[in-house]
Amino acid sequence: MTFLLRRIAFYALTAWAAITLNFIVPRLLPGDPVTALMGRMQGRIDSNAEQSLRVLFGLDQDLSLWQQYTAYWAMLFRGDLGLSFTHFPTPVADIVGQALPWTVGLVGVATIIAFVLGTLVGIAIGWRRGTWADGILPVSTFFSAVPYFWVGLITITVFAVNLRWFPSNGSYDRGLVPAFTGEFVGSVIYYGFLPALTVVLSSVAGWILGMRNMMVTVSSEDYVTVAHAKGLPGHQVVLGYAARNAILPQVSSFALSLGFVVGGTLIMEMVFSYQGIGYTLYQAVSTHDYPLMQGCFLVITLSVLVANIIADFAYVALDPRTRKED
Amino acid sequence: MATTTTLSTGEVTPPPEVRAAALTPRSVLASLRRFARTPRVGQRQRKPQRLLFLRNTKALTGLGILVFFALLAVVGPWVAPYDPNQVSPDLLQAPSLAHWLGTDHTGRDIMSQIIVGTRGVMIVGLVAGVSATVVGVLVGVTAGFVGGVGDETLSALSNVFLVIPQLPLIIIIAAQLPSAGGMTVALVIGATGWAWGARVLRAQTLSLRKRDFVEAARANGERTWRLVLAEVLPNLSAVIASGFVGTVTFAVLSQVTLSFIGITPVSEWNWGTILFWAQNNMALQRGAWWWFVPAGACIALLGMALALVNFGIDEFVNPRLRSTGLHARSLRRRGIRPRVGFTPVAREGRP
Amino acid sequence: MSAMSAKTTTAEPVLEIRDLSVDYGYGDDPTHVLRNVSLTLNRGEVLGLAGESGCGKSTLAYAATRLLAPPGIITSGEVLLTGRDGRRADLLGLTDGQLRSTRWQDVAIVFQGAMSSLNPVYRVGRQLVDGILAHRKGMPRVQAEERAAELLSMVGIPADRLRSYPHQLSGGMRQRVMIAMALALEPQVLIMDEPTTALDVVMQRQILEQVMELRDRLGFSVIFITHDVSLLVEVADRIAIMYAGEIVEQAAAGDVYRRPRHPYSHGLLGSFPPLHGPRRELSGIPGSPPDLRRLAPGCPFAARCPHVMDVCRTDRPVLGPTAFASTGPGVATAAEDGRLVACHLHAQGSGPVPKALAR
Repeated sequence: MTFLLRRIAFYALTAWAAITLNFIVPRLLPGDPVTALMGRMQGRIDSNAEQSLRVLFGLDQDLSLWQQYTAYWAMLFRGDLGLSFTHFPTPVADIVGQALPWTVGLVGVATIIAFVLGTLVGIAIGWRRGTWADGILPVSTFFSAVPYFWVGLITITVFAVNLRWFPSNGSYDRGLVPAFTGEFVGSVIYYGFLPALTVVLSSVAGWILGMRNMMVTVSSEDYVTVAHAKGLPGHQVVLGYAARNAILPQVSSFALSLGFVVGGTLIMEMVFSYQGIGYTLYQAVSTHDYPLMQGCFLVITLSVLVANIIADFAYVALDPRTRKED
Repeated sequence: MATTTTLSTGEVTPPPEVRAAALTPRSVLASLRRFARTPRVGQRQRKPQRLLFLRNTKALTGLGILVFFALLAVVGPWVAPYDPNQVSPDLLQAPSLAHWLGTDHTGRDIMSQIIVGTRGVMIVGLVAGVSATVVGVLVGVTAGFVGGVGDETLSALSNVFLVIPQLPLIIIIAAQLPSAGGMTVALVIGATGWAWGARVLRAQTLSLRKRDFVEAARANGERTWRLVLAEVLPNLSAVIASGFVGTVTFAVLSQVTLSFIGITPVSEWNWGTILFWAQNNMALQRGAWWWFVPAGACIALLGMALALVNFGIDEFVNPRLRSTGLHARSLRRRGIRPRVGFTPVAREGRP
Repeated sequence: MSAMSAKTTTAEPVLEIRDLSVDYGYGDDPTHVLRNVSLTLNRGEVLGLAGESGCGKSTLAYAATRLLAPPGIITSGEVLLTGRDGRRADLLGLTDGQLRSTRWQDVAIVFQGAMSSLNPVYRVGRQLVDGILAHRKGMPRVQAEERAAELLSMVGIPADRLRSYPHQLSGGMRQRVMIAMALALEPQVLIMDEPTTALDVVMQRQILEQVMELRDRLGFSVIFITHDVSLLVEVADRIAIMYAGEIVEQAAAGDVYRRPRHPYSHGLLGSFPPLHGPRRELSGIPGSPPDLRRLAPGCPFAARCPHVMDVCRTDRPVLGPTAFASTGPGVATAAEDGRLVACHLHAQGSGPVPKALAR
């Protein structure tokens, strides 16, 4: 289990780095957003909240940097991410907590669909090289080269504005009350279809290319030749020998490119006004709501870390060399 | 013999260290990982190999498009038919002879905005690419060369930067800066986007360090920095180039995205700014496709060009990826289907 | 003669390669890596295939089984396999399905890299079993597993290793697993491609002895590919020496060793220390093998040959009887018939054969 232990130590380090970065960034940058806010909110802000905002932005001039840092950690452990400026005095943690499930649902499902689909297509065209299937390559190159949000704009134009098949924004029919009913779930799926389609369209290309290249490489490995020499049926050679090994780097690259993919898909939420973390971040940016911005970043990073850990477990399950049995 | 080399490449999956070296353009990284294990071409063979790179149609096409955009970036303001900020009474016009790509909601010429905006995109791409590559080379090569605790620390640092989602990080940094102009954004992207280059370079340097010629130079008592400059860096050039291209792609996409969500000053033209105006003025709902399609297409074209160049580097580095489709037609005529495990038989003059 | 092999050879061919040519590259200017190679493997025989790396010995084995990776392509020839029922079939003319069922059942291969020949993500047992089940449709899995255990103990590995992953085994063990795997279906022909190169000498010997012992017991024929001629002399009945994609000499193992007829064989023998017998100075062959992409006319060995003549630079020699065969100009001996050599020195009217090649 040393592999997993090492990974977990690494994730702890990364989490610490992200949190510390979140602490340092506002201190390095000029400006005093809190005082400005205090002026606007004259008297309507209680001293506790004011204190946590000061901790968040390092405006406690009487405290040493180390004291500020420990106070910051103490806040985090209480689940206190400060108060949102725009939705004052709602705590950032509440806003982020409401947005997160939407993102996990949309981005999570869409990313997994894209990964599975891309990997399958990659297996197919990597194995049957030099056939018509290679024609998929230029198309997927194109899709991997365009920004996610532009693909979003195009799908909205085509499917929402012109064809009117899907709504162009929102995450469910506003006439419905959020509840676990068939109608509401159906509405969520209906509203989520276009953004999910966009995520899949934009990110599937990368998985296709990655898997295709790994298949090409693995196909010339000795054990694949041995599998052929053994006279195994074609599908067994492709799936059991070639693809089964080619998927390993694919999974680890899935883990590592999550940060990138998630970054892109968050922008998608902005295009679709989908009420997830990305859209919240967008709103925070446009209203200069610094505590909310920071809270979003922290939650995004930690979610990516969790996803990474899951991917690592999958890797360990797939690759016996990472397990110590003897 | 070719057979022997292809059949004796050792294990498929590199150790976890190397294996994890993947981020943005996955295909590139995948191949770079493999590159670490592909037998390298010796110094003597380099020349014909370089020509090979230029013979690659993909790379040539990509370079051609890049040159076109670079020229446009230089001469843009002089060749643009209008001042991109000049409002006119032709509000939201579809493409016409007067305005080839139509106008926006205040009658500004969109083609001029695209042409003038090219410079912003190219400069940010270049500056961010160069700065990230420099940091990546410094961190990666140092880590690979010094080994030990220094290596551990630098690798951990780059891994942390790899896992932290870059775009949100760039967004919160850029949004808290008093003014996030092109240069600032480029530097922020450079400062956060060096990690995957560093990671791949480290793996490469590690394997290079053990090569005979480096060992030999070391035994001869060459100074470390000379060793790095003269023996190691030249052999890393393909990896560095590929990393640079990848970072430029990422930088362009990030900058365009930042502009699109309105973090960079909206008066500074680039392709993302155009999309920002389009999105905020209901271009989609009004059916003004000319407002957002061309700018996006330019981004796509630039991205394609960069991807093509990287494919070129990729195939140059890893011959296994080279398409056999080059002779697709003649293969079909001879009834050959190249595949693993069933060597084609084409006995001339026999059925 | 051969230290480890019993003489059970009969003259019944089990695998006959005729006129096999292989190109590398599908384009207009492919590299001819094998040129009209013919070779016969008799039932029960150990045939050694030797030569420097890049001479085409592995290519020959892979092409004959159609396992050669792209961009390899077979441009001429036949590979006739005599089935257990005595019928002969051309491996190059079979459909994919027919070829699959012939593989492993009739011809099994032990590959060069034991390290990389096993699928790293499957347990050893599974890899033994899937090969068996692919050819024994309807065999219950349990029975296949029993067979796998039996095979492992046959090569001296405890059966509980079936549960191991390849990375948990040592190099020697992996190679034994590969051998066990290759023998799973009791093939008629076992091709061993440098099976012991990556192992230390002691392990090398152990494994070879084991294979030879198994051959005596199971009666398969072996094509043994190696660059190490002195090793081959120990195990092979007959040896074919390859150079630049052609066979240049073919004879009984002891004859090649003691009385090489081709200058290249002579040089090759000089580059390895003998396992037994008196020490002698290692000479090696000056120069390096020719670039197959730019092969000059004439004998490909001409540039490195100490006995080169004018004709060697213009005419390519063909494989034929030696100067000492009963049909040849030299002093005929009975053992000399059946030897083949591709060298102008042995042609009629080319003067006396140099002393080193006339022993």
